[in-house]
Amino acid sequence: MSIELKNVTYAYGTGSAYETVALADISMKIPDGQFVGIIGHTGSGKSTLVQHFNGLMRPTKGQVLFDGEDIWAGGYDLRHLRSQVGLVFQYPEHQLFETDVLADVCFGPKNLGFSQAECEELALSALRQVGLKEKYYKLSPFELSGGQKRRVAIAGVLAMNPKMLVLDEPTAGLDPKGRDDILDKIKELHETRGISIAIVSHSMEDMAKYVERIVVMNHGHMPFDGTPREVFSHYRKLEKIGLAAPQITYIMHALAEKGMAVSTDATTVEEAKESILKALGH
Amino acid sequence: MNRLRRSEYHKSMGIIKTSKLIFDYLRYGEDEERPEVNRAIDGVDIDVEPGQFIAILGHNGSGKSTLAKHINALLAPTEGTVWLDQMDTRDEAHIWDIRQEAGMVFQNPDNQIIATVVEEDVGFGPENLGVPTPEIWKRVGESLEAVGMSAYRKRSPNKLSGGQKQRVAIAGIMAMQPKCIILDEPTAMLDPNGRKEVLKAVHRLNREAHVTVLLITHYMEEVTDADYVYVMDHGKVVMQGMPREIFSRVEELKEYRLDVPQVTLLAYELKQSGISLPDGILSTEELVEALCQSN
Amino acid sequence: MLKDITIGQYYPAESLIHRLDPRVKIVATMIFIISLFVVEDWVGYLVSALFLGMCILVSKVPFGYIVKGLKAIVILLGITMFFNMVFTPGDPLVQFWRITITVQGLRMAAKMGVRLIFLIIGSSLMTLTTTPNQLTNAIERLLKPLAFLIPVHEIAMMMSIALRFIPILMEETDKIMKAQMARGADFESGNLVKKVRSMVPLLVPLFISAFRRANDLAMAMEARCYHGGKGRTQMKPLVYGGRDYAAYGVMWAYLGICIAVRIVL
Repeated sequence: MSIELKNVTYAYGTGSAYETVALADISMKIPDGQFVGIIGHTGSGKSTLVQHFNGLMRPTKGQVLFDGEDIWAGGYDLRHLRSQVGLVFQYPEHQLFETDVLADVCFGPKNLGFSQAECEELALSALRQVGLKEKYYKLSPFELSGGQKRRVAIAGVLAMNPKMLVLDEPTAGLDPKGRDDILDKIKELHETRGISIAIVSHSMEDMAKYVERIVVMNHGHMPFDGTPREVFSHYRKLEKIGLAAPQITYIMHALAEKGMAVSTDATTVEEAKESILKALGH
Repeated sequence: MNRLRRSEYHKSMGIIKTSKLIFDYLRYGEDEERPEVNRAIDGVDIDVEPGQFIAILGHNGSGKSTLAKHINALLAPTEGTVWLDQMDTRDEAHIWDIRQEAGMVFQNPDNQIIATVVEEDVGFGPENLGVPTPEIWKRVGESLEAVGMSAYRKRSPNKLSGGQKQRVAIAGIMAMQPKCIILDEPTAMLDPNGRKEVLKAVHRLNREAHVTVLLITHYMEEVTDADYVYVMDHGKVVMQGMPREIFSRVEELKEYRLDVPQVTLLAYELKQSGISLPDGILSTEELVEALCQSN
Repeated sequence: MLKDITIGQYYPAESLIHRLDPRVKIVATMIFIISLFVVEDWVGYLVSALFLGMCILVSKVPFGYIVKGLKAIVILLGITMFFNMVFTPGDPLVQFWRITITVQGLRMAAKMGVRLIFLIIGSSLMTLTTTPNQLTNAIERLLKPLAFLIPVHEIAMMMSIALRFIPILMEETDKIMKAQMARGADFESGNLVKKVRSMVPLLVPLFISAFRRANDLAMAMEARCYHGGKGRTQMKPLVYGGRDYAAYGVMWAYLGICIAVRIVL
């Protein structure tokens, strides 16, 4: 499985005075099994970007390739693509509609033409994978807490057995514990199922902890793309575009400036602790 | 009756005070005859002095928003009492005075803006209060200025960012000239830049207009500058104190589904590993300073 | 198609017409509509056309922008003109199959067409130069004498809230559609029954969200001391100025000319 964008430009209001370029000549590839974080603030183009992955948006210019095939070539099965690249939107409220949780999760597989029994099997397996307890399966999805709704929404996409899972701000509106729970679960999915994952976020701290690659979006461009370490090393430039590196980066740089022998590329609290302890000779 | 009630309390009472506040809400199941009783607030006592910046922390469902809705009489206590500026919130006669004195900003910026033009929305509160037209214009101008949104006064709210919408909502409250403003997770739906904008505006109002602020949030980094912090869990106040005291109790906060800023966590971890550092470090500078000294 | 409708949209500009009291504009539009039924011959239409043209010029709304709005009524226009052409008895002009077009019919159709076009242009000129809020405000004030009969304030408040939330709900519909399409939903193909059923996953979240918003909004309004129209003041009360009286004068004069044209010719 791989997704590749080749010189993708997306503009709306073309031809009018209000033409806005949401994506400007973006080329990127997500290979099989990668865990990517896409960071940028509101209006940076990050949501537009991920909607190109599963063909919900069509590039004005350029190509989107899934496993090397152009998804906008005539006769390409977009519905199949959407089952392969599962996209979970920011608000679970935008997709939950059935009378109970299980039926809601069945919606995806049903659209793909599975039988009722198969749908339920897929749904149950998906619900187990997101860690939702069985006592909730027959409840209305609207009775659940924010974090539980989020899990049902993810299960609803996971039930289609996608090879890649794309999540648009999966932690928005959750409290710290709820946020950690969801991110841990996503990480677990990545590890146990080996599927690729892309998370859209605006938290550098969260991304530093989980992903292996960070893509930074700004005004439709992609100024940075690399490991968290590489990206955070540009922390001064990140600040200029209104994104801050994790606090840790600032602490380590400040310590280094004061002459402490710490490694400035620590990105998590754990790494920072090790490095400081070492520098202090503990 | 009213005079009687007021005279029962001594004069030094704060602007917001709750005493043994309890709130139950009933949930009717499908087949149950009797409703299930859920206790959202369980014996809360808080006392806020005029001009203070108070933060109430808690995870989703801890009861913090329910508490907020009691302060301006959107909800009435099941048991116990809430006083706003010495008025009992259960006193129907004072309900509009209470709501004028305690303005409330909600979480979703879209669902609290009523008008299709920014300035008209800010004027909505004063219109309801029956403020004369020229005075409305004055207040609208001043309130928009106070939150830095004057340049957008003729715009449609739909064209604004989340942070800007939230600042318009705050201006709408300020135009009612409240004594205190309650912000119920005003930043939960915003991105980091929007969050910063809103907090800056709130701090400025507290500092310059001396409005009492009650900020309800689950973002720890937003409360480092508060005068006093209450932490809620299961409808109870489980921790209270100055931010520094609260932030030094990292393990306890984790139990209540909250976390601390990275710098505080790092300081805590280093301390656990035997490095001597002061308690409850809140900023990068403090930590760097302290570490350089111990080096 | 939906984007082309300019009726009900506001075109921001600084012009005399924009500055007029919205009540004047509503009354003027009604007078203009009446005038279209007063005039009967081409001279009269010429007067109307000149008057309308003058208003458009003063309003600073680009003519092309107004014409674009007519696209939405092309079908309606076509049907009206067709029926007029066919069903007006008189001297046959063209005959094919079972259809006879008469000279009188053609004339009638042309007149109806012109009337309809003028009517649409006239009323869209009002909405293009008046913000929805001003409009509801004006309706509230104009209907005030009927307040004992209908809840005028509440209706006006409902209208302005609807105006604020329609764009938000449209955007939300788009998001929900995408979220369901990401789960393999298909909103386009299939027969009518299937299409209607495919709307369920769209409508349920939309309704739930709308109710939730309504709930939130009601609470926010209560928190901002809203308690109906009683004792309420207005930030932008409607007060007639000199230009508004002048505009009324111009309107009545125009109607007078139209009536005169009809009587004299």
